[in-house]
Amino acid sequence: MHGTVDRTGILAKKLGMTRVFTDEGAVVPVTVLALEGCQVVAQKTQDRDGYTALQLGSGVAKPKRVSKAERERFAKAKVAPKMKWVEFRVPGENMIEVGASMSADHFVTGQKVDVSGISIGKGFAGAMKRHNFSGLRATHGVSISHRSHGSTGQCQDPGKVFTGKKMAGHMGAVRVTTQNVEIVRTDVEDGLILIRGAVPGSKGAWIEIRDAVKGVKVDDLPMPGKFSAAAAPKKPEAKAKVAPAFADAVILVDGIGPKGEEVLAAAGVTTLTQLVALSAEQIAELEEKIGKPGIFAKEEWVAQAKEMIGGAEPRAQVDKDLAAKMLKEASSEKE
Amino acid sequence: MNIIEKLNKKEEARLLANGKTIPDFSAGDTLVVQVKIKEGTRERLQAFEGVCIAINGSGLNESFTMRKISYNEGVERVFPIYSPLVESIEIKRKGKVRRAKLYYLRERRGKSARIAERTSGRGIDQTRGKKK
Repeated sequence: MHGTVDRTGILAKKLGMTRVFTDEGAVVPVTVLALEGCQVVAQKTQDRDGYTALQLGSGVAKPKRVSKAERERFAKAKVAPKMKWVEFRVPGENMIEVGASMSADHFVTGQKVDVSGISIGKGFAGAMKRHNFSGLRATHGVSISHRSHGSTGQCQDPGKVFTGKKMAGHMGAVRVTTQNVEIVRTDVEDGLILIRGAVPGSKGAWIEIRDAVKGVKVDDLPMPGKFSAAAAPKKPEAKAKVAPAFADAVILVDGIGPKGEEVLAAAGVTTLTQLVALSAEQIAELEEKIGKPGIFAKEEWVAQAKEMIGGAEPRAQVDKDLAAKMLKEASSEKE
Repeated sequence: MNIIEKLNKKEEARLLANGKTIPDFSAGDTLVVQVKIKEGTRERLQAFEGVCIAINGSGLNESFTMRKISYNEGVERVFPIYSPLVESIEIKRKGKVRRAKLYYLRERRGKSARIAERTSGRGIDQTRGKKK
């Protein structure tokens, strides 16, 4: 529980380190963290879950590789499946709507943050590397065990090695939090956060960034956070999932053949919706081009188009078959 | 290009945006580097003239080592090429050397520490051409 942090953090991917120059000429070593489309995936509420939190996801997971249960969860939230997700405890008043994309300027330049990640695994490490022991002497009768630890306890009393004694063993690959690291720069466009110094984890590791628990609080932090609302990034997603209810092409109208389609296409009309939207003057103009005045009204092209948009099948059998074929193609493309 | 490289390129462009150009110099060249020095609130330029004895790194991380004899004492200074403190770099004289790192100059003094001038070869025509 992060009692003093009352704003959500961000889940980002560690890309590596580089340097930036300040205007004063100082070189600042920075770790580059990428947001990778960090979005709110779910909200935990007091009523349902007994605590309040935001679930944030980052990265792109192949839908094929996500279990069906998880896929449905993402579909419900109307966000693309995420590679990694994590919860941030947030008080109820600072919740952010599901689907919102976090922005890099959620954190302010100069602000202190805490970063958490899984540190690089070191395997079985000796006491010198693992606990900064000094090892044994190089000479004076020491043989073979220059890097070993020394005594691990006393004699017959207590007759055991106390638990918790620092010894060689597995090192790294544990969750590490580094507190009070500075935000050097943020890049909203590319979704990058530059943090001064090192950050736990390897390149490609997922890092949680939170406002610092300790130290001086910054007053002008964006509350409840900096993000772009769900609508914009959600739209293409939603569109891709819903299979088209009708085949959208003017050729399906009874009376419009390949030739009519050509003329209409030349005028910029290729879909039924466009056909319906035509004004009376435009229709007259098109009829002149086709060379059959009054054909729109006579064969009820607009009415037909409206029917098809409403989900009805095309009137002519030829067009019916064509529409079925188009729908099949469209749905296979979507998959 | 990965994002870090892109970021470095952006940073390089930002640091050169004020019109600073980096000449194509190499180890053995005598350079005059104008260094910004801040004294209290006012800023002035100080020239550091000497021989470039090494160039290290590449891109944003590139730096070069200068050596000169000042009041009978050898002085070496490392400048990051893109540092905003390096106002300008001017090539005074091209040197004819057969090594990329001229660390042997540290053990030499006077006559034996001289470097012959180079009058032909790479980068002679364009004294202030942009690097790379």
